[in-house]
Amino acid sequence: MPDLIQVQNLVKYFPVAAGNVHAVDDVSFSIKEGETLGLVGESGCGKSTTGRLLIRLIETTSGRILYRGKDIASIDKKAIHSMRKEMQIIFQDPFSSLDPRKSIGETIGKPLEIFGIGSKSEREEMVDALMEKVGLSPRLFYKYPHELDGGRRQRVGIARALSLSPNFIVCDEPVSALDVSIQAQILNLLQELQDTMKLTYLFVSHDLSVVKHISNRIAVMYLGKIVESSPSLELFRNTLHPYSQALLAAVPIPKLNRKRERFILSGGVPSPINPPSGCRFHTRCPWKMDICPVEEPPLEDRGGGHFVACHKVK
Amino acid sequence: MKTPLLEVSDLNVVYKTYEGTVAAVNGIDFSLSPGETLGLVGESGAGKTTTALSIMGLIPSPPGIIRSGRINFSGRDLLSLPEKEMKKIRGNRVSMIFQDPMTSLNPVVTVGVQISEALVAHQHLSEAQAEKKAMEMLEKVQIPGQRFKEYPHEFSGGMRQRVVIAMALACNPALIIADEPTTALDVTIQAQVLELMRNLKEEFSTAMIMITHDLGVVGEVCDHVAVMYAGKIVETGTLEQIFGNSLHPYTTGLFRCIPDIEEETSRINPIEGLMPDPLDLPGGCPFHPRCPKCMDVCRTTVPAVLDENGHRVMCHLYGTGGGTHA
Repeated sequence: MPDLIQVQNLVKYFPVAAGNVHAVDDVSFSIKEGETLGLVGESGCGKSTTGRLLIRLIETTSGRILYRGKDIASIDKKAIHSMRKEMQIIFQDPFSSLDPRKSIGETIGKPLEIFGIGSKSEREEMVDALMEKVGLSPRLFYKYPHELDGGRRQRVGIARALSLSPNFIVCDEPVSALDVSIQAQILNLLQELQDTMKLTYLFVSHDLSVVKHISNRIAVMYLGKIVESSPSLELFRNTLHPYSQALLAAVPIPKLNRKRERFILSGGVPSPINPPSGCRFHTRCPWKMDICPVEEPPLEDRGGGHFVACHKVK
Repeated sequence: MKTPLLEVSDLNVVYKTYEGTVAAVNGIDFSLSPGETLGLVGESGAGKTTTALSIMGLIPSPPGIIRSGRINFSGRDLLSLPEKEMKKIRGNRVSMIFQDPMTSLNPVVTVGVQISEALVAHQHLSEAQAEKKAMEMLEKVQIPGQRFKEYPHEFSGGMRQRVVIAMALACNPALIIADEPTTALDVTIQAQVLELMRNLKEEFSTAMIMITHDLGVVGEVCDHVAVMYAGKIVETGTLEQIFGNSLHPYTTGLFRCIPDIEEETSRINPIEGLMPDPLDLPGGCPFHPRCPKCMDVCRTTVPAVLDENGHRVMCHLYGTGGGTHA
């Protein structure tokens, strides 16, 4: 499959009083058509910013974002508008991402209206079909977001994202706000929709088990950098970067008698305003060597598309 | 059998709202021995936090009403104690750790003073003594004692939660109730805080009720588990009993809908449907509308609790009602 998205040297700095927040700092990756790339990391690592940059909800500081070979990081406002038909986003919080004063039907039909697709009655039919597709009963058409529970609200967000039949959807922590039993329902729905509609996902999440479940490939971010990326299974079987290892070891697993190596990182994530020199992980790394604070390790392929940025891993 | 430290029996709590009466906790029984850690698991609206607040005597009233029940703590029924007596217990013998360390700390008071407060109030230490003890407590949670004079905003999320833990432990309570203490934290920080809680629990031999929606967290720190659904405890037992041989279809469903990080799965098996409306709970077994093994009797009759070696389950599949008995 060809690459749908290619991201080259993407940078996003947010200016603040104390300097620049290095939210995303020279990140490159690609997503093939029909695949799911999982972007995983802790708060403040730049994963959501990356997702938002990809569909240009925010402007890049520098770098290129190629969609089917065309650079969309530099196109004008008008061109962005038509691009939105092909790229959509599902947000984390199913409450704040829905207009409380619009009915469910209006919310889902709004993108169709903006793009002038069909007559009013045709649009209503399309919305009905979309609601059915995401498992919402048509009787909810005239309901308002506050009358729905979190799981149903998230289904509304998904239906809205699907309304223009996009190719690419950024899923920004779409199940984090949901209870586990509902989370599983939504994950299955996203997978079914991907199969039937040939969708490509960027799946942003802090939850490694969820990311592993849904992704073909995974990229691990730390302080604005990708430290490791690999096919999903390979990443779990052969975790190379010490940060990825720590992240994996930190996930509590609901099983008995697990003889797990305790690999607990000390300290917290340093400030993204003044990120550490060299390898950004060196301040917490258990394998730190002399070179680490001096030179930034490149993200290199260690075979089979398993990339890692670490001086120690050779 | 040790004498239980805490014994909750037939606790019923409702909230009176304009829309009707919310049945939050519907007749739960459980007990806790000294030094034991009980994981109270369930999804939002299961009644976990209401249970905790009942023990602490912190149910907001109105709208909350404790309809019935006994909460026996060290031989005294907390529900019949006057507020003046309850104040002597709260923060001293029983303390609580809340989910969000930003809102549970006072932003305009230094962390040292916040930790000292309980020591001055309950143990009648002088301010200087309390200050010294507070610094010790900070060191216990791996925060340098000299940061005593700093304000909550000067600490990271994980450190703030450690300050809250230091406050909760300050008077060396017999019981700590931790309500989703690591839910707001990143996984690597969660791992640090859980490790710390495990160590301190042993050092202080404190009993703990760990409220969480995360079965993984339960597996890390608890030795007993109670699974709540719609205000009832549907299954309870030791960690081995619940994790090794879960009986209730809701418990089994909860385990199955977590994507397995160690195995390959193509689809997960969600629990169909939604949590019932607490204003209008279904008759019979509260789980029956979502249960894959629902029988006719489930719709009409509340199942009795079957107890086998301390593994208790509330389901018609087990016990005298027939069905398969594993």
